[in-house]
Amino acid sequence: MDFKKHLPTAGLAASLIAIQLITAATGSVYYLTQLTMVAYLGLLIIGLCLVMGYAGQISLGHAGFFGIGGYISAALTTTNLSATLAKGHELVTSLDHLGILVHSQTIYGEDLLYVHPWAACIVAILVTTVIAFAIGIPVLKLKGHYLAMATLGFGIIIYRIVLAMEIFGEADGISDVPPFPLIANFAITGDLNLRISNYYIAAIVLIIGMILLQNLIHSRVGRALTAIHGAEDAANAMGVNTTKYKLYTFVISAVFASIAGILLTHYTGGISPSDAGVMKSIRFVAIVAIGGMASLWGALSTGLILNFMSLRGFFGSYDDAIFGTILIVIMLFAPDGILQLPFLQKLMHKGRE
Amino acid sequence: MDTDTHRYSCSSVVLKQHPLNKSTMTLELFTQYLFAGITYGIIYAIVAIGFNIIYNTTGIINFAQGEFVMLGGMIAISLNGLVPLPLAICISVIITMLVGALIEIVFIRWLKTPSVLRLIIITIGLSIIIREIALYIWGDTVRSLPYFTGNVVSSITILGAHISPQVLWVIGVCSIIVILLSLFFHYTSLGKEMQACASNRIAATLCGINAKNMVTFSFMLSAAIGAMAGCVVSPITSTQYDMGTGLAIKGFTVAVLGGLGNSMAAVAAGILLGIIEAFSLAIGFPLAFQDAISISILLIILFIRPNGLFGNSVSNSLKEF
Repeated sequence: MDFKKHLPTAGLAASLIAIQLITAATGSVYYLTQLTMVAYLGLLIIGLCLVMGYAGQISLGHAGFFGIGGYISAALTTTNLSATLAKGHELVTSLDHLGILVHSQTIYGEDLLYVHPWAACIVAILVTTVIAFAIGIPVLKLKGHYLAMATLGFGIIIYRIVLAMEIFGEADGISDVPPFPLIANFAITGDLNLRISNYYIAAIVLIIGMILLQNLIHSRVGRALTAIHGAEDAANAMGVNTTKYKLYTFVISAVFASIAGILLTHYTGGISPSDAGVMKSIRFVAIVAIGGMASLWGALSTGLILNFMSLRGFFGSYDDAIFGTILIVIMLFAPDGILQLPFLQKLMHKGRE
Repeated sequence: MDTDTHRYSCSSVVLKQHPLNKSTMTLELFTQYLFAGITYGIIYAIVAIGFNIIYNTTGIINFAQGEFVMLGGMIAISLNGLVPLPLAICISVIITMLVGALIEIVFIRWLKTPSVLRLIIITIGLSIIIREIALYIWGDTVRSLPYFTGNVVSSITILGAHISPQVLWVIGVCSIIVILLSLFFHYTSLGKEMQACASNRIAATLCGINAKNMVTFSFMLSAAIGAMAGCVVSPITSTQYDMGTGLAIKGFTVAVLGGLGNSMAAVAAGILLGIIEAFSLAIGFPLAFQDAISISILLIILFIRPNGLFGNSVSNSLKEF
């Protein structure tokens, strides 16, 4: 057993626990709400980092996948099907017999019938996988500008669709998304009494995601990806099936984004069109770029810090402007991420000596 | 970039016509939609030419191209009260041109062999910053220049269709821009030097052409034509701080449709896209999905004919990507 390999993951777990203890000790438990959201977004960030840093493909449409996950699970768990059941619609009746639908009542005693969040979640992930394959197969043949524009275009289409369709709540988005039940009495919900347990649920999800990606990177697939990033033609010549590996990482990363969307939507209880907007995609790219593209830990830590600051309103109304500026400054002066800056590298080497 | 790109749609040209079935389309309506399509198409073409000029000299796709159009319109609107309209437009074009030069000198000129990914991210960052500065200066209100001749209701009758004189201004000015550009590239020494840089940068440098200055010129030129287009189209479509992204995507679609780097084909492709959009509206396609049409066209073209409708793979393989 190689313990050294798991040291950073243990460190992440320890610091996440430490953060919870600090907020409890200083009486600033309210920070946990944003920290939980940030942890879910972290899942998206590490997924994007896999595509950008390891497979070397830019994606300007990741908020689109986040939106697909969030919107599908939100729409399925909030659309009332009781009227359709009363009419005896075949599909709804058979779903009801399978136990996929949840019965409940409003405070006025009206019947409510929703798709169970787990079923909705599975549907959302399946749809994301299918779309990611459908988009990925043609798009990943493209390079450079074409790839950037094609993924940007995909993001805009998703944004347009959620903005224009009634089932997705048009400009208002979807609210009152029910909690996502887990084992025992645990559930992913924005309920303030369950804030601490929810923080730990998010932390565990993030750590599991991180372990999965770490294993992937240190496997045969990871080495193949590094080869693709370095020189695609050379990797191809060495017998690496570049198309297959690029496609698989793209799909995995889309599914990570989708899961982030699903869980975050259940946590905050709603989703709005801007969550699936292109500006969000660009922000995610900025975060990955700052952390150093080929560094999961770098991307994750900048993701946690910057998303937290943004959610706490540190940047005020200059949110977008700040991310734009960061993007340019990093790309001009430290295209490999801030951790790769010469003076920081020197510092780290001194620290090691 | 959560822009309401559908604001940039043909509805404002085709004045409040209800979507009609093909069967009820008369010659007047047909002409009306046709002109609407051409007007928008030629604006897309101008943005596409802006992409092409910079792409040819540098191999960069400038994601901030749509912002030049917005800046041109906004600056002219601000100056319009202070100086006469023609002068306001001239000053606006010159200022936007300087902004273009500044961007190139500050952010791009000194980079040593930057990767495509790096340049894409830098120009995306620039487009965000220009947009945010515009939001800070002009706010998020929708503004527009006055009609160059006549007013909102005045119209010219062509084949029974009522066309706003501004539509003729747009078509006229944009045609002149295209002709002048073509003359510039073929007959002036500066234009020829830029062409030389586009076809082979090292050889051009060996002939004593300052390739770096040519890149700066290309940014100035594409900023200037973008600003000019932004001014003429402002009375019809209005100008808002976040209009750039939608224009950039459509301009890029057109550039790809015509074959990246091929400006004359971009004009044909632009008009084609504009007409497709206008008639999709005419047959009752929902306005909200209009962007989806052009983006779907972009994706389809990228997948099946990445060299464009009019391009060929041999000439494109010679270019850097």
